[in-house]
Amino acid sequence: MTLLATSLLIWTGSLLAGFLGALTGLGGGVVVVPLLALAFGVDLRYAIGASLLSVIATSSGAAAAYVRDGLSNVRVGMFLEIATTLGALAGAFVAAHVPTSAVAVVFGLVLLGAAGLSLRHPASQAGPPRPADPIAIALRMDGSYPGHDGRIEYHVRNVPAGFGLMAVAGGLSGLLGIGSGALKVIAMDDVMRLPFKVSSTTSNFMIGVTAAASAGVYLARGYLDPVLAAPVVLGVLPGALLGAWLLPRLGGRVLRLVFAGVIAVLAVEMLYQGATGRL
Amino acid sequence: MLRWTDQRMERFIGGLLRVGVLLSAALVLAGAVVHLAGHAGDRPDLHVFRGEPLALREIGGILRGALAVEGRGLIQLGLLVLVATPVARVGFSVFAFAAQRDRTYVLVTMAVLAILSFSLFGVRGHP
Repeated sequence: MTLLATSLLIWTGSLLAGFLGALTGLGGGVVVVPLLALAFGVDLRYAIGASLLSVIATSSGAAAAYVRDGLSNVRVGMFLEIATTLGALAGAFVAAHVPTSAVAVVFGLVLLGAAGLSLRHPASQAGPPRPADPIAIALRMDGSYPGHDGRIEYHVRNVPAGFGLMAVAGGLSGLLGIGSGALKVIAMDDVMRLPFKVSSTTSNFMIGVTAAASAGVYLARGYLDPVLAAPVVLGVLPGALLGAWLLPRLGGRVLRLVFAGVIAVLAVEMLYQGATGRL
Repeated sequence: MLRWTDQRMERFIGGLLRVGVLLSAALVLAGAVVHLAGHAGDRPDLHVFRGEPLALREIGGILRGALAVEGRGLIQLGLLVLVATPVARVGFSVFAFAAQRDRTYVLVTMAVLAILSFSLFGVRGHP
């Protein structure tokens, strides 16, 4: 196939991947990497590099829209970015020293977990009131966000555990070229007990910074191929923005099930191809 | 002088991210058009990992390629702008927290900036 035809196909596929990623809330990366590796036979390192760039584009594009609503918690985000960027650096270094088949197997496992998570109900914020974390108080992390009747106050809990989970999320992001958004939301939602609206926008905000930390390593190692990255970035970005815009207008349970099924099939395929050494 | 409240900071950051993404997308698109105009009939081979040439791995080489209106150099410059956008956001936050006299978060933000700088400038590629 010629470069023109391949680029157009990859652009179309990336548009769909970004769309699907936004609708499932998993992000474009988890769909783009299997798409490039399985359908186009792209080497996993190039696929991961291109995906990581599309993750940065999506994060910045979406954050530009959210951040002005005063929903994200800049302090929490900035503090946790110490963990995610360190993790991302470590992940990118590990990626350079393990065979791609092993990376494919880890990718498959993470993808399976993500498919399961996408079906989970948002954590209920109820439950017995717990004391606020003294670390959170010292770091002035407690905040408020705009609700129906004025601003709603909230407290931040369990900072050390959230910080640890964020380092793992960063490591997976650097190793696999994905945003690790689902894991970031869990860390802030379930562990640190931020309100769902705050955790999802803050997580999205952090994804770009996390991915930038591994992008430098990828660039120096020659993983970022411009001819591949161009159609991927230009496809995933509008696809993701469209999906994010459409999400509140659809939001059906059946739809989520279908998408989770698609992700699970991709996961199994990645596991199989990785385990048999084909990727 | 206007004070850098959290809300004002967030609005500025939102604008910064938007400009960065749009500029990056424009450069990538321009580079893709230039490259495809000369190489539309190429047979791409990304099945085998070779690693990018050194000129497309470091900022100096990428700038030279982009200034020569070379397609791949232009795309790579757009991708650099993309990566620089969240870094600029962190850099701006250092300044904003300093304006709020928030020493703790100046330090936190500088730590993040140091990690990002190490990734972008401290890693040597293997030929």
